[in-house]
Amino acid sequence: MSKFNDEQLKEFSRLVARYPEGKQKSALLPVLHLAQDSFGGWLSAETMDYVAEMLQISPIEVYEVATFYSMYNLKPIGKHLFEVCQTGPCMINGSDDIIEYIGTKLGIKPGETTTDGMFTLKTVECLGACGYAPMMQMGKHYQEHLTKEKIDAIIDECRKNAAANN
Amino acid sequence: MLPQIIKNMGVKLLLDKAHVPGIRFFETYRKEGGYQAVEKALKQMDPASIVEEVKKSGVRGRGGAGFPAGMKWSFIAKPEGVPRHLVCNADESEPGTFKDRYLMEFLPHLLIEGLIISSFALGSNDTYIYIRGEYAWIVDILEQAIDEAKAAGFLGKNILGTGFDCNIYVQRGAGAYICGEETALIESLEGKRGNPRIKPPFPAIEGLWKRPTVVNNVETLAAVVPIINMGGDEYAKIGVGRSTGTKLISACGNINKPGVYEIEMTLSVEEFLYSDEYCGGIANGKRLKACIPGGSSVPILPANLLLKTAKGETRLMNYESLSDGGFATGSMMGSGGFIVLDEDQCIVKNTYTLARFYRHESCGQCSPCREGTGWMEKILKNIDTGKGKMSDIDLLWDIQRKIEGNTICPLGDAAAWPVAAAIRHFRDEFEWHVNHPEEAQKRNYGLAHYADPIHVPA
Repeated sequence: MSKFNDEQLKEFSRLVARYPEGKQKSALLPVLHLAQDSFGGWLSAETMDYVAEMLQISPIEVYEVATFYSMYNLKPIGKHLFEVCQTGPCMINGSDDIIEYIGTKLGIKPGETTTDGMFTLKTVECLGACGYAPMMQMGKHYQEHLTKEKIDAIIDECRKNAAANN
Repeated sequence: MLPQIIKNMGVKLLLDKAHVPGIRFFETYRKEGGYQAVEKALKQMDPASIVEEVKKSGVRGRGGAGFPAGMKWSFIAKPEGVPRHLVCNADESEPGTFKDRYLMEFLPHLLIEGLIISSFALGSNDTYIYIRGEYAWIVDILEQAIDEAKAAGFLGKNILGTGFDCNIYVQRGAGAYICGEETALIESLEGKRGNPRIKPPFPAIEGLWKRPTVVNNVETLAAVVPIINMGGDEYAKIGVGRSTGTKLISACGNINKPGVYEIEMTLSVEEFLYSDEYCGGIANGKRLKACIPGGSSVPILPANLLLKTAKGETRLMNYESLSDGGFATGSMMGSGGFIVLDEDQCIVKNTYTLARFYRHESCGQCSPCREGTGWMEKILKNIDTGKGKMSDIDLLWDIQRKIEGNTICPLGDAAAWPVAAAIRHFRDEFEWHVNHPEEAQKRNYGLAHYADPIHVPA
């Protein structure tokens, strides 16, 4: 089973040190982000148990949080996660077309991952980029003012990087 | 200067320096006069007099509720030996709202400066910024600003030799609109699900780790900087009535210039929407159909109730004027998320996406909200896709009535109001969908009579 490496442990300690003695559970959300980033982009039951052990809380306290918040992935995802906003302000600026275009291009429906494990498409609710719609989150950053051409360029870029790293 | 320009140039208290190159970094921010308010507050004032200035300023909570911030501060309990906390609510998630993001991204030091002063006023030695998890890159910007301020002696131990210690930490959420509700935010900050707490006790008495806590929105806390610099009385002279100071508005939808604008609350809705200084009019030469002026949970207004009130008076961009007419013919200032819909937009579809949003974001604690939001979403989807019945419209009305006021937190109201307002003002568009299910799949209802002048009885 995976455990935090030294650098991740240092980050773990930095996060826990923000809270008063005995209130280390407060670090749960940031630590789950750290765990997800460290262990392949999703939270397995083993990972959640490990986080519980690290924070000295019971596993159920981790499960109930991990299942509540939409940013924690409870199953494996592709190398690139496209989280396309579909709420009102994005919808009136054409997000439905963008979601359909990505889905058709990649041959997947929202919630699915391409068979090569490269891309996952997910629809999400308002990400606070309404003035720059349509938009999606990709990792740490936003891709805004999306067009079909822009989607093509993003997907090409991802494939090019993957080929270069192989 | 031309009179036209003078007319449009409102006072800018928050974003006046937003376009100075390098303002994101301490050195430039300081050179531009930054952190003078911290020096003034910590060296020349005591906590009580800062609270007094904020009270005098009349600044109201900028997150959406509009509660006077100074009054909220004055409620904080001060039991002997119990630490108090200030928590900055940066969980901005109300559809249509992206102003706090702009402020944190471009002027992080303005927020940090406001937080230091507010922490001093409230006696918070450990202050937390709870930021929505999706704003991941802004965490880095804020943490850098905190490090810079600390290196310059404005944070950490014994700030400016005054004996006041303060640290600020940034905590990421993980995707939950409900955590913008202050007690849910506190639960989340404690590492739990974002389930709102029953009030009382209010956070000012029992908040984070059962300690007295004040939770304020990003924009509210940033406004403390100009309030201290100019004094509460001067701040209160800007604006009108109980809408004092300036307000950030995030404008989006079918307009020429979407973006974040700082306005004086004496500005008319018409000027905000059509002048080049702000939204620049409806995009692609279309006509205005409707607008949600304060974030997705406030009532949607048809064009003919937006620019003028039902009494025929010019509607202004402020708390009182936007709510003029109550829910029958008015709306709310809310969080300042200004969503504009042109003549090609479908009110049913728009309402459906908002209902889906609230169903997705309901925490599930209270059955009226947990069950009702899902029910409304399903019915709206049916009407939108041509499978609706006439009785569904009354059913929707009935469901939203049973959610409103029957939940622990305001998310229930926030889910009910958009549905209620859409039916109230656009009932014939809903009926058209039911009566013309096939046609409704091919075209939208269009502008219809929604921009026709309303007869004002003399």
